[in-house]
Amino acid sequence: MRQPDEVLLGFARALRAAGVPVTQDRSQGYLAAVAELGADDPRATYLAGRATLCAGPDDLARYDQVFHAYFNARDGLPRSRPAQPAVPVQSSLPATDESGEGEASDEEVVRAMASETEVLRHRDVASLTAGEKHRLAAMFATLRPRPPLRRTARHQRWHRGQVDASRTLRSSLRRMGEPAEIAWRRRGVRPRRVVLLVDVSGSMSGYADALLRLAHRFTQAYAGVETFTVGTRVTHVTRALRMRDAERALIAAGETVPDWSGGTRLGETLRFFLDRWGQRGMARGAVVVVFSDGWERGDPVLLGEQMARLQRIAHRVVWVNPHRGKSGYEPVQQGVLAALPYCDDFVAGHSLATFAELSEVISRA
Amino acid sequence: MDLASPADVAARLDETGYLADDALATVAFLALRMQRPLLLEGEPGTGKTALAEAIAESLDLPLVRLQCYEGIDATQALYDWDFPRQILHLRALEATGGADVEEAEKSLYDARFLLARPVLQALQDSPAVLLVDEVDRADDEFEAFLLEVLSTYQVTIPELGTVRAATPPIVVLTSNRTRELHDALKRRCLYHWIDHPGLEREVEILRSRAPEVSETLRRQVVELVQQLRARDDLQKPPGVAETLDWARSLHHLGTTEIDLASAAATLGALVKYREDSERVRHALDQMLRP
Repeated sequence: MRQPDEVLLGFARALRAAGVPVTQDRSQGYLAAVAELGADDPRATYLAGRATLCAGPDDLARYDQVFHAYFNARDGLPRSRPAQPAVPVQSSLPATDESGEGEASDEEVVRAMASETEVLRHRDVASLTAGEKHRLAAMFATLRPRPPLRRTARHQRWHRGQVDASRTLRSSLRRMGEPAEIAWRRRGVRPRRVVLLVDVSGSMSGYADALLRLAHRFTQAYAGVETFTVGTRVTHVTRALRMRDAERALIAAGETVPDWSGGTRLGETLRFFLDRWGQRGMARGAVVVVFSDGWERGDPVLLGEQMARLQRIAHRVVWVNPHRGKSGYEPVQQGVLAALPYCDDFVAGHSLATFAELSEVISRA
Repeated sequence: MDLASPADVAARLDETGYLADDALATVAFLALRMQRPLLLEGEPGTGKTALAEAIAESLDLPLVRLQCYEGIDATQALYDWDFPRQILHLRALEATGGADVEEAEKSLYDARFLLARPVLQALQDSPAVLLVDEVDRADDEFEAFLLEVLSTYQVTIPELGTVRAATPPIVVLTSNRTRELHDALKRRCLYHWIDHPGLEREVEILRSRAPEVSETLRRQVVELVQQLRARDDLQKPPGVAETLDWARSLHHLGTTEIDLASAAATLGALVKYREDSERVRHALDQMLRP
C-alpha cells in the first residue's frame, strides 16, 4: 500500500505530464489542502486539487480528465503510470546549408550575397525552398518592430505642461513650506496592446511558419503583444512565443495548436475570440491584426457581423492578406468582401519586405 | 475562527444571503485555514465581488476594497503622506513661536499625517477582508508589488517603521481575465473559476436576494434566463446580477407572470447590446408563445 502523499504527488506528476504547469510549491499546497480537508473524501481531494493545482479555465478541463483517469481507473486504485497523451510534434524545417560555392573572388561573393538577400526579402514566402526558408528565418531578426503608443490617464513629470500640484507642494515641504519652484506634468504614453490573429488553415499553410515567426519577433520586441491562431478553433499561443529562441518557440506553439491546415470558419472563431478574450478587454483599444486570405467556409454574414463588432471594440483593425501584394489580385473571396468594410487597413503580407511595411503600419496605428 | 468544515463556511455564507456551492465553499474554507489569498475568475456578474462581501459580513470583519485600474501604484494602494496638512502643521508651529527643529521634523512624520490606503488599512485593521478587485486591470509592476505584500503581510514605512498584521487579512482577488496574470502571483493563490449557477441554485439565489418577487415569477425568470444562456449567439449572456435586475424590474412593474409586453419593456435590465436585445426579443417571442 502506498503512502497517501505518494499517491497525491503521483497525481500532481500525472497532471504535469498532461500539460498543466504544476510546480513544486503548487503540489505542496495541494498536500496541505488535502490535509486540511481529510484524504478520505474523494470529492474533497478533487476540489482541493482544483483550487491549488489549476491556474486558469484551460487547466480545469484537463484536470477533470486526469483526475478521473488517475483515481477512477481501477476502482479507486491509482495506476502506477498514467497514460501520457500523444502530442503532435511540429518539427522545424530541415536545415540545408548551401555552402561550398565556387571559387569566386571575395568581392563577388559579397555582392552576390547582398543582392540575394535583397531578392529573398521580396520573394513570396510560400514559394521558397527549404534552404531559402532557413536563410529567411535568420533575416527575421532584422525586423525592428516599434510599438504603437497611446496616451495614459496618468501623468508623468515633464518640464512644461500642466502644474503638478502635489509634487509642487511636496517640494515646498522640503523648504519648510516656502513656495518654491513649480513642478509640471503631462499625460504619459504607453505601448498600445497589439493582438495578432493568425489563420493557420489549409489555404494559409504556406505562410503559417513565416507568420508565426513574425509574431514571435513582435512578441520579443515589446510587451503587450498577444497572439492567437485561428482556423477551426482559437488557440492562445502567446505563452509559447515568449520563449526567446525562435525555433523552440515555434515548436512549442506548434504543439499547442490542434487545428493545423484544417478548414477556416473565421466568423465562428472570431466570435469565440471576442466572447472569450476580446470583449473582456484584450481587444479593447488594441491594434488587432488579422492574417488571413479570407477563404471562408462558414457564413460570410456572420464574419461581417463579428468584424463589425471587432471594429467597435478595437482601436484599429488591420487585415493582412498574403495575396494582396500580387499582381492581378482582386478582393473577391466572400470572406474578404464581408470583412473589408470593417478594416481600417488592408495590407499585403507575403514577403519579408511586406512584413516590414506591416510593422510600420502597426507602429503608426 | 470556529469554522470546522466547508459545510460550516457554506452555512455562514448562506446566512448573509450568499449561496455557495460545495466547490466554492471548499475553496473559501481552504483560503481561511491555509491563510492563502483566493483568486476568483469567471464571467462578469457571477458574484466574485459579492463573495468577498459575504465573507466579511459572515465573519463580522471589516471589508477593505482596493479597486485596481491601469497605472495604480504603491501610493494609491499602500500609504501616502498628507502634504497639505503637514505644511499647515509647520505653519502652525511657526506661528506659535516654533519648537526645536528636530522636534518639529519628528512631529511631521506622525501617524496622524499618514493616509492609509487599502492595503495598509487592511493590515492595520486586521483581522479584515482585503478585496483586490479586478487585479487584471493593474500593470505587471503592480502585480509584483502585490506579490511582495501578500507573501509577508507587512509594509515598511521608512519614516515610521514596519506595520505588520497581527493576523494576516483574508485576501480575495478577482479577475476578469482581460490579461493573463503572472504565474508567480497565481502560485501564491488558491484558484477558483465561478460558473453560472444551475437552475435550482439560481432560483434559490433569487429567493434569498430578492424575496419580494413572487415564486412563480422567480421560476419563470430563471427558466428563461437559463435558456438564453444556453444559446451561443449572445454577445454578453446575462449573469446572475442581470437575472436579479430583471426579476426586480418585473416586480416593480407589478408583473406576476411574464408576458411578451412586460418582457420587452424590461429587456434593458437583462441584455446590454442592441444586437442581443433584438435576438432575445425574437427568442422570447418563441419561448413565451403558448
